[in-house]
Amino acid sequence: MSHSLIFAVLIVLTLIGYYFGRSQATGILRSGTTGKLHSLPFYHGAYLAFMVLLPAMGFIITWLVISPMLADHFMAQYIPGAATMDAATLGLKMSDVRNMANGGITSGAVDEATQIAADFYSRFNQISLWLLSVCSIAVAIASFHFGRKLIALRFRARNHVEKIVRVIMIVASMIAILTTLGIVLSLIFETLRFLQKVPLADFLFGLKWSPQTAMRPGQIGSSGAFGMLPLLAGTFLITLIAMSVAVPLGLYAAIYMSEYATPRIRGIAKPVLEVLAGIPTVVYGFFAALTVAPMLRDLGVELGWVISAESALAAGLVMGVMIIPFVSSLSDDVINSVPQTLRDGAYALGATKSETIKQVILPAALPGIVGSVLLAISRAVGETMIVVMAAGLAANLTANPFEAVTTVTVQIVTLLVGDQEFDSAKTLAAFALGLVLFVITLGLNVIALYVVRRYREQYD
Amino acid sequence: MSISTQEKPAVASPKTSSSDVKIAAKDVCVFYGEKQALFNVNLDIAANQVISLIGPSGCGKSTFLRSINRMNDVVPSCRVEGLITLEGQDIYDPEIDVVELRARVGMVFQKPNPFPKSIYDNVAYGPRIHGQATGKAELDEIVERSLQRAGLWNEVKDRLESPGTGLSGGQQQRLCIARAIAVSPEVILMDEPCSALDPIATARVEELIDELRQNFTIVIVTHSMQQAARVSQRTAFFHLGILVEEGDTDQIFTRPSDERTQDYITGRFG
Repeated sequence: MSHSLIFAVLIVLTLIGYYFGRSQATGILRSGTTGKLHSLPFYHGAYLAFMVLLPAMGFIITWLVISPMLADHFMAQYIPGAATMDAATLGLKMSDVRNMANGGITSGAVDEATQIAADFYSRFNQISLWLLSVCSIAVAIASFHFGRKLIALRFRARNHVEKIVRVIMIVASMIAILTTLGIVLSLIFETLRFLQKVPLADFLFGLKWSPQTAMRPGQIGSSGAFGMLPLLAGTFLITLIAMSVAVPLGLYAAIYMSEYATPRIRGIAKPVLEVLAGIPTVVYGFFAALTVAPMLRDLGVELGWVISAESALAAGLVMGVMIIPFVSSLSDDVINSVPQTLRDGAYALGATKSETIKQVILPAALPGIVGSVLLAISRAVGETMIVVMAAGLAANLTANPFEAVTTVTVQIVTLLVGDQEFDSAKTLAAFALGLVLFVITLGLNVIALYVVRRYREQYD
Repeated sequence: MSISTQEKPAVASPKTSSSDVKIAAKDVCVFYGEKQALFNVNLDIAANQVISLIGPSGCGKSTFLRSINRMNDVVPSCRVEGLITLEGQDIYDPEIDVVELRARVGMVFQKPNPFPKSIYDNVAYGPRIHGQATGKAELDEIVERSLQRAGLWNEVKDRLESPGTGLSGGQQQRLCIARAIAVSPEVILMDEPCSALDPIATARVEELIDELRQNFTIVIVTHSMQQAARVSQRTAFFHLGILVEEGDTDQIFTRPSDERTQDYITGRFG
């Protein structure tokens, strides 16, 4: 019996449980008992369905975790000299055995011991699967019978079902939280490994970024320098350019849409503007690299400025356009949520439309607008594709927007693309950079959410 | 100046002659899109007195109020026909600047709506946008005088820089009144100014309205018959977009000439 078949059988049993529970509950009513059913028949059915499904699922998950451990443990005893081998060699041997059992390719010639181990391994797995099938279905049927006995006139099926559903929701949110936690922890641990190779001060305050390290003795031009300041400078330069495009344009668009546009125009313009947010960033990237950057370079030639073909300016401008909808959409919502009574109050005092907007609406909406700008900044800092394609790779420590710069995200990409070994400072540097980026965006988001929440308290 | 304004209430008796008509409405019809909300309203409002507009919800009294300072301009589908004059001048004349009109006709709303600014800036807002104060000292004086007239000065004089939204409901409404009178309007429109306030704050605002009558013409929309009887000299009863009858408050509440008015004030409907 394969795994998918087990699940199919379980689902069928669950459905049977549902119908059985429901009909048993209606049966109680029909049998002429006096009194009122505590829960609707639906809840009795749902309760029985959960009773069938959940214990069996729990059993299967536990089994699937434990069984491979046991298989490895027993299989290792068939490998000659396992006790004396170091962990890496044993691991290689064991994966050979597994590959062989699965009919795959092994790392070397097959010896007799490996063959025996592989035979044992595949037999163990067969037995394990068979046991799993029998036991899980037995668990399902047993819990079905247990649950069935509970169904009675005053049985609080609804309360139980609601409790189970609540637990399921908690588990769902826990999975999301734990995943985040796992990612953060892996970033932190890899960063700690990186910091064993490169001192923290060198990483945080170093002025030179050149991550190539020697892989072979005697290799040329590969000293390795991991100062991240040039990357941070590049990131902030591009972010600054992007925000100086996105904030005024986005804000003006938001003010126009919420205060001046007729509902018809707003109904068209707002979705169209939001399409900007739906364009894949890689498309923006080649737009920046193939259209904007050469245009800027040609413009520079005419004006007598030196603008390199890959410049912070090109990447920043295009990123700014990309971010416009983030600023405009959020600001638009915030401006719209300023109560109409405030507008009326200003108009009734004889304020003009622009006076009302400047002096009443924008100050009232300011916290929300600041929040939207901060979210846009964290988006700009983390943006990758546009800068990879248009900003270049040269880690220049410069404030000149006409030069090529590189950003934290670009360097993470270049460090991790291609064949990597996970014990070199070069690869681990990517994790350290990732952690830095994470801390920056997290900080911005926390500030943004705090600001937006303070605003909400004021009006709702 | 101050003497003449204080003498005025003596002049403004409940019986008004046609000579001191402040606002005159002639055949005013208001439409929201296809729907007609007001039908041929004719109403003269005399200077320096309080007139209450009463009537059941949706009868058009707020609509009428909002056409006096052209607040209905903000509603895109709204259309006003007929003639409304302020001291003989057609307020819907294209020559009239709505900004100037609203400086002359102030408004206080149902729900207190202080701006999210300091108490001082709330009151100073109108004088600032109309350039009515030449310097900081003069602005300070306007703010103080307005707050005093609104009966709020003693409560807030030590915290003029704290936000206006932090005041209690009744204080906020008096702040809004101070904000409206800071512009020195001639008319103040009040759209159910006490409906969001508790009885004590209501009494305070009603007292204030009575005091303000000395300097301003006040048009107040109210759902409370007692309030209309307490604060106003004249009362107008609206029903289904029609001005049913208008007269001295005493007369409306004791000897109404129309059966609908009688029914409404005795609580048979509305």
